[in-house]
Amino acid sequence: MSTISVARVGGRVAGRRVSARRSRSIPWSVLAWLVALIFFFPILWMVLTSLKPAPLAATIPPTITFNPTLGNYQNAISQSNPTFVGYLANSAIATLVSTTLVLLLALPAAYALSIRPIKRSRDALFFFISTRFMPFAAGFFALYELAINLHLIDNILVLVVIYTSMNLPLGVWLLRSFMLEIPPELFEAARLDGANFRSELTRIVLPLIAPGAAATALICVIFAWNEFFYAVNLTGANAGTVPIWLQGWLPTASTPYYLASLSAAATLACLPVVLAGWFAQKRLVRGLTMGAVK
Amino acid sequence: MVADAVTAYAGARPAGSGRREAWSRRLPLLPAVVVVFAVTQVPFVITFIYSLFSWNLFFPNRTHFSGFKNYQAIFGDPLFVTSLVNTVLITVLAVVISLIFGVLIALLLNREIFGRGIVRTLMIAPFLVMPVAAALIWKHFLFDPSTGLIDIALSPLGFKGTYDWVNQLPLVSVITVIVWQWTPFMMLIVLAGLQSQNLEVLEAAKVDGAKAWSTFRYITLPFLRPYLELGGLLGTLFILQTFDVIVFTTGGGGGSGNATTNIPYLLYLIFSQSEDIGQAAAVGIIDVAITILVASFALRTLFSIFHVEARR
Repeated sequence: MSTISVARVGGRVAGRRVSARRSRSIPWSVLAWLVALIFFFPILWMVLTSLKPAPLAATIPPTITFNPTLGNYQNAISQSNPTFVGYLANSAIATLVSTTLVLLLALPAAYALSIRPIKRSRDALFFFISTRFMPFAAGFFALYELAINLHLIDNILVLVVIYTSMNLPLGVWLLRSFMLEIPPELFEAARLDGANFRSELTRIVLPLIAPGAAATALICVIFAWNEFFYAVNLTGANAGTVPIWLQGWLPTASTPYYLASLSAAATLACLPVVLAGWFAQKRLVRGLTMGAVK
Repeated sequence: MVADAVTAYAGARPAGSGRREAWSRRLPLLPAVVVVFAVTQVPFVITFIYSLFSWNLFFPNRTHFSGFKNYQAIFGDPLFVTSLVNTVLITVLAVVISLIFGVLIALLLNREIFGRGIVRTLMIAPFLVMPVAAALIWKHFLFDPSTGLIDIALSPLGFKGTYDWVNQLPLVSVITVIVWQWTPFMMLIVLAGLQSQNLEVLEAAKVDGAKAWSTFRYITLPFLRPYLELGGLLGTLFILQTFDVIVFTTGGGGGSGNATTNIPYLLYLIFSQSEDIGQAAAVGIIDVAITILVASFALRTLFSIFHVEARR
């Protein structure tokens, strides 16, 4: 890696080469790696345990050398009833459908708060963000009663709707922050050519914010995939999502070597979102702070 | 302010015909507002109404309006006081500790080190792990009295290797898991701050002979302040609602009854055990009140950071 750092100078971001005087330091590197490995260790251990032959999963002292096996994954996938695939499908539906809806609803909304802003767009932004920070308990009982009366308890549709509204404020804020970065001259030129709302959105906005929209989607996926409170209270065997499936691996006395299956199950449950987060790394901080920090 | 800047920029355009123009601007916003309003605001109002009723799912026929009796019952319940204290303890300690760790690690990662990208990638993983899984990993692989790695690692130091962390130190256990998950979040925010710092100022300080500590104390730290505030407040809003980690680490209790029951867990207890919708709804409303108190600070910070950005 070259030693080019970016510094903000006088209101502009300027690329600036820092001289080789700041060379890499070995003691600080060792310390940084040590800290990172301590933080990563529980995850590493989970993955290692999941690959151990089941009887070696909980030995004292811990087994470090072993012949890796995928047997625990086979157990984890096939042993529960309903099977992992059913829960996985529910999580996929809840996550992907809600994220698609968030993008569809948030794109025009962000447009109306940045490019062609309504009056008092600040109030609208405030409204969205305040709903994001409302505790899940605020509306739970009404949603629960409604789901019962409409016979939608244990129906994945309920989670789709809830996750859509849960992630929508984040989508609006983030997409807006990406839209604000589009140079206004582009729109002026397009409007002289007679562009309307739709052609402006599809021809200018979408291509330019595509990377930002992808990052927004990934962050929505993270929140929806990991959600537990609504999932545990509103779904059961039919519409249960992956966290509910993982809950099913809680040890009981009758399950020998549960640590092996548990670690395989936990690895499967975490994998998609850890990968999504690593993929969105560069924009993760922006997404988590609603676009406030770049 | 960004909002003002946006308004000014809009005003520079040829205005359309008054009201029609205003509605054509509002139209793209409406679907999103309607969805959020219907799924969050309306249920909130209904939950508030529920909280004014004596309503137990076991005795649906005895449902009647009871005013603020549910609130009276909750404020008089020692378990509510316990869970309020626990909520404050868990939130404050977890936020402060993860902020301190976050700053230290961000300072480390802001240096020229080998494999910075990989170190960063490893560091953010705990935040991405599903909270249910995080709690289960810690409980069964690290805290467990017989096979937990913490006890095994401490045994050469004279510990007998059977310390039951989750039951002996439930609050510490829960906070540890939360800190593990939220340190990466704080680190990312602080690191973004450090990387936007003007290097010329730092070099000037160095040329003037400032020591590393005083450069940090008088230049870097004040510069980081909005980032620390933002991280602290967003972290607070999320950690206030901690539910899954508590369910799967201690199940609210841990040895001594309700040592880690916080407000969201209390609500779940009332709802799932006594099926008292009225009281549970009242706890929900109290939860909202606490959140609004914190959120009003958070929103001000969020807007002031945009303010800073608009000035740049």
